[in-house]
Amino acid sequence: MSYDYQNIRKDFPILDQQVNNRPWVYFDNAATAQRPLAVVEKIQEFSLRTNSNIHRGTHFHAIKTTEAFENSRDIVRNFLHAKEREEVIFTHGTTESINLVARSFSEAFLREGDEIIVTEMEHHANIVPWQMACERHRAILKVIPFADNGELQTDLLETLISDRTRIIAVAQVSNTLGTVNPVKEIIRIAHRHNVPVLVDGAQSVPHITVDVQDLDCDFFVFSGHKVYGPTGIGVLYGKRRWLDAMPPFLGGGEMIDRVTFEKTTYNELPHKFEAGTPHYVGAIGLGAAIQYLQNIGIKEIGAYEHSLLTFATDRLKELGNLRIFGESPSKTGVICFQLDQIHPFDLGTLLDQLGIAVRTGRLCADPVMDHYGVTAMTRASFACYNTTEEIDLFIKALLRIRTMF
Amino acid sequence: MTIEEVQQAIVADFSVYEDWMDKYTYLIELGNELEPIDVSYKVDQNLIRGCQSRVWLQQHLEGERIIFEAESDALIVKGLVALLLKVFSGRTPQEILDAEPYFIDEIGLRQHLSPTRSNGLMAMVKQIKLFALAYQQISNQKKQHGQ
Repeated sequence: MSYDYQNIRKDFPILDQQVNNRPWVYFDNAATAQRPLAVVEKIQEFSLRTNSNIHRGTHFHAIKTTEAFENSRDIVRNFLHAKEREEVIFTHGTTESINLVARSFSEAFLREGDEIIVTEMEHHANIVPWQMACERHRAILKVIPFADNGELQTDLLETLISDRTRIIAVAQVSNTLGTVNPVKEIIRIAHRHNVPVLVDGAQSVPHITVDVQDLDCDFFVFSGHKVYGPTGIGVLYGKRRWLDAMPPFLGGGEMIDRVTFEKTTYNELPHKFEAGTPHYVGAIGLGAAIQYLQNIGIKEIGAYEHSLLTFATDRLKELGNLRIFGESPSKTGVICFQLDQIHPFDLGTLLDQLGIAVRTGRLCADPVMDHYGVTAMTRASFACYNTTEEIDLFIKALLRIRTMF
Repeated sequence: MTIEEVQQAIVADFSVYEDWMDKYTYLIELGNELEPIDVSYKVDQNLIRGCQSRVWLQQHLEGERIIFEAESDALIVKGLVALLLKVFSGRTPQEILDAEPYFIDEIGLRQHLSPTRSNGLMAMVKQIKLFALAYQQISNQKKQHGQ
């Protein structure tokens, strides 16, 4: 059966609207994906009929809510193919997940003079928490560079790893370059040196099937809102042996076993890392989003988005005088580009006038901007519901804007 | 012209453009026409940071009046900068403190001066006012000391 984008679009009523008197074209999916009816309805139904706080009550809806929340944990476990459901921790998003590991893992394992390795193409969320950890523990941050075509220089990893390397943090997909990094190979190399690896999956899970056991990654993180789920919910997957060895991140309710003023003991996984009332509504919405995604098929979505990427890249190149940042052979539907000498802010403003939503600016990736010597970029990113017709509108808009300069 | 007259003149200029595209084309033209500031002023000290675009603002006093020079790396922002300079440059501190750049609202470009737009323009207006306030205080102190 061919990919039925027309039916998929019907699941996203938000797409059917006009902005500035033009059909709205949403190409800012790498920032946040839109939510299908299945997610919105799930949250609505839950809020209207079931809501009660989890894990605390003996009453009917408290039990129902706890079941729904824990069912979402199972959905995520299955989605990532984690070995145990207790290895799935709900957080507020990718950023919190990384901060949790950077804080708790470092407290347990990072000492003065130790080293952490990240890549040059990371989102700030996968740089700054590690820098902060390095500052706290007087450790050193090392960086795997990428080549101008956007490919990570994985061959340099061996020279960067030392007996002081404690952890490597790498994006599976770059939010600017779209590069799909060879994380499995990176993990294999790292493990040869007994170094664990955290994989930032924020930009990969909507497009690529992930199997954390096959990758053998030690940590895997992602956000709900980038996989068609709600904002404010995210996931940290961690191998049990690491999570067990790490101290809690936040203290509060739910994460404790027994509290006295002399000594508090902590709860088992996953609750140890879920202090306070978790965003269970978000988790339930995320569960619905993952099921929606799985119903269409992530492979099918990935292949369709790749056809959009190829179509858009070819059309953009036909414009001439257009530079694309990141042309790795292995790439998701993300295109960062520079048209003529038009400043991305100007371009984004004028595209908006024509009903087209793109992202402009530094894209939370200053080192990528520095790599190419630019202060900003324009990014178009695709999702399961975008179409070649929209790309045509986008190209037409660029041609029109070009005449204004 | 007073600040008020300049603002009204700008509003009149823009009123001939009904189409958004003409309006932005005019802004881009204004941006292109704006004298570039001396490279030596394009330093971090004069930089007003926005995530989206950068604005450099330089000032000096001529008699009682503050002369502002500014530039942006984005042309639409530069066009708006040119308009803000027309309004605020060459004025006394009191004139600057008393004025609000309502013209941006009236020419339908309000979104560019809202706090949610990180293009540096909002911060530029704030910075202009802060300079005016500082100069006013210096001049008040001088008066108090009978200089």
